Amino acid sequence: MDLKEKLVSSFLALENKVDIDSYVHDVRTDAIKIFEDQGFPSKKEEAWKYTSLNSILKEDYSVFPKQENALEFKDIKKYFIHDIDTYKIVFIDGKYASHLSQTTHDGIDVCLMSSALNKPKYQLVIKNYFNKAAEKDSLTSLNTAFSCEGAYIHIPKNKIVEKPIQILHFSTGNESATMLQPRNLVVVGENSHVQILERHQSLAENPVLTNSVTEIFANKRAIVDFYKIQNDNENATLIDHTFVKQSRESFASVHTFSFGGKLIRNNLNFYQEGERIDSTLKGITIIGNKQHVDHNTLVHHIEPNCESHQDYKGIFDDSSTGVFNGKVLVNKEAQKTNAFQANNNILISDKASINTKPQLEIFADDVKCSHGCTIGQLDESAMFYMQSRGIPEKEAKALLMFAFSNNVLSSVKIPELKQRITKIIANKLGVNIGFDL
Amino acid sequence: MLKINNLHASIEDKSILKGINLEVKAGEVHAIMGPNGSGKSTLASVIAGKEEYEVTDGNILFEGEDIEELAAEERAHKGVFLSFQYPIEIPGVSVTNFMKTAINETRKAKGLEDMPAKDMLKMIREKSELLEIDRKFLSRSLNEGFSGGEKKRNEIFQMAMLEPKLAILDETDSGLDIDALRIVANGVNKLKSKDNAVVVITHYQRLLDYIVPDFVHVLYNGRIVKSGGKELAHELEEKGYDWIKEEVNA
Repeated sequence: MDLKEKLVSSFLALENKVDIDSYVHDVRTDAIKIFEDQGFPSKKEEAWKYTSLNSILKEDYSVFPKQENALEFKDIKKYFIHDIDTYKIVFIDGKYASHLSQTTHDGIDVCLMSSALNKPKYQLVIKNYFNKAAEKDSLTSLNTAFSCEGAYIHIPKNKIVEKPIQILHFSTGNESATMLQPRNLVVVGENSHVQILERHQSLAENPVLTNSVTEIFANKRAIVDFYKIQNDNENATLIDHTFVKQSRESFASVHTFSFGGKLIRNNLNFYQEGERIDSTLKGITIIGNKQHVDHNTLVHHIEPNCESHQDYKGIFDDSSTGVFNGKVLVNKEAQKTNAFQANNNILISDKASINTKPQLEIFADDVKCSHGCTIGQLDESAMFYMQSRGIPEKEAKALLMFAFSNNVLSSVKIPELKQRITKIIANKLGVNIGFDL
Repeated sequence: MLKINNLHASIEDKSILKGINLEVKAGEVHAIMGPNGSGKSTLASVIAGKEEYEVTDGNILFEGEDIEELAAEERAHKGVFLSFQYPIEIPGVSVTNFMKTAINETRKAKGLEDMPAKDMLKMIREKSELLEIDRKFLSRSLNEGFSGGEKKRNEIFQMAMLEPKLAILDETDSGLDIDALRIVANGVNKLKSKDNAVVVITHYQRLLDYIVPDFVHVLYNGRIVKSGGKELAHELEEKGYDWIKEEVNA
């Protein structure tokens, strides 16, 4: 039985067991039909031209992994931002780990998707928001069909959430291969402000395939900052779909730091449904070996007077491969749009490659849209300059890479997170940079 | 301190240096002059360890040690400094962070701890005053958007921070107005001692009015074809290089 068949038959079992709510039931049933019709994407599809899932889909994944609760905080502390006070929603092999989490219902809801889907008091929010931003492509639909656990974050209006929220998904490798499908819903009310961090971490060498969907709604004048840390081991595959719907005058940013994993595909879509919206999409990718990172972004400018800023930096070593596919769609009504997109790449090795493809579809006539992509090598003359000042080759390289990524790093608003990412990069490059950038 | 014997060097199979002999002792100032394309900048780059150049014959001894196999940073750790003719812009790295890294990497290579932050700041303050550099300048990205004069002053500031034994100033006077030239020369003179040495590479006599050389060498077609005292620089300023070329070609 291949993975698709296994998933479709597992869905029947799941649906018999858990579903009680009719709205979610209908959504799931429709979703599995879409997946059943379309199956997994192949390289024949334009959006998957440079990313093949073939070898990954051959594994015999356990779709409902056994629960493993033996993890203690001290064993996994390093994956948290632990030097500041945060809310934490932690999952182990797809199941909620209450002993590692710190949730709240005190004025805001930072809790579990499973509760939200099943308890009556959340039904209004679920009906208004669940699956309302997600696309209906096959992988998102697959997640929708299986959606039962993940983070549920609901911030009512006029709340500044002081503590960042960390969402962590661990997999322990207690199955020979594990498939996880977390589903997060983030609803941020008018004038409210929240910062969220998300990380997927495999703790063993066994293959993991994560097909994750996050829906984010930023209501009027809300500010939402979302940070994704992707530094998993080389047997972990992550397909992430994040959909951000913004109302007028809201600000939303998603930073994606892709430093590790076997294959990472980030589908990141922004929909601007109001005026004077600001959307920011930034990313740093630093990979090597045979790793593959694919960023697929969409910013849909629907209303006038909005801005979007995309800035993706990539550094590729060894035989690693990268893809950047950035689409900016400007509706006829979206006059005075200001859309900026940049994708800059450095290839360290002759065997590394990047496919970068900006796509602009502009139907309005009074807009400012710019895009640029570059592919280059490390600047040899800059290397010699630094070395002649006593900075060794490895450190000089690292300094150049930091400098290259600095535009993205500098817009991280949580200092401890910025420090952590700087440290991850330094570790990755094998250097100890004696200052903070 | 520096002894160059019969040095031949080429880039991409093009022979540029064709047998250079030069000895620089501690406490001395040497000027290397010569027409465009004679090999002056190549000589500077080869001493500093630029990998693109291949030494095909001869050797470079620094304090008695053959440095040919050493990487550029190892030469820097031993006390060789090159002030670039065209300093490189490095966006995203501030002057201060660059200097901190350079100094601490050099200390690390010598088995020393990082310089305490307090000492570092004091040193930066002193040396930037010497070169009349505004403090705000130090937090800017290295050389990015600097004027020609600012870049050269920044080179000498780095020299002041690193306190090299041998400083090679490659066309440090080009692109400088007279005030900047005075500041730069004044900085070099203040750093000068009986224990270090300076090699000034220049086209013109102008800088040598401020940094007075003990020896002047004329480089032409990859060889030192004439050496003398500081009066040789004056002669070149008056008569140009044609008479040298004629002498060599005769």
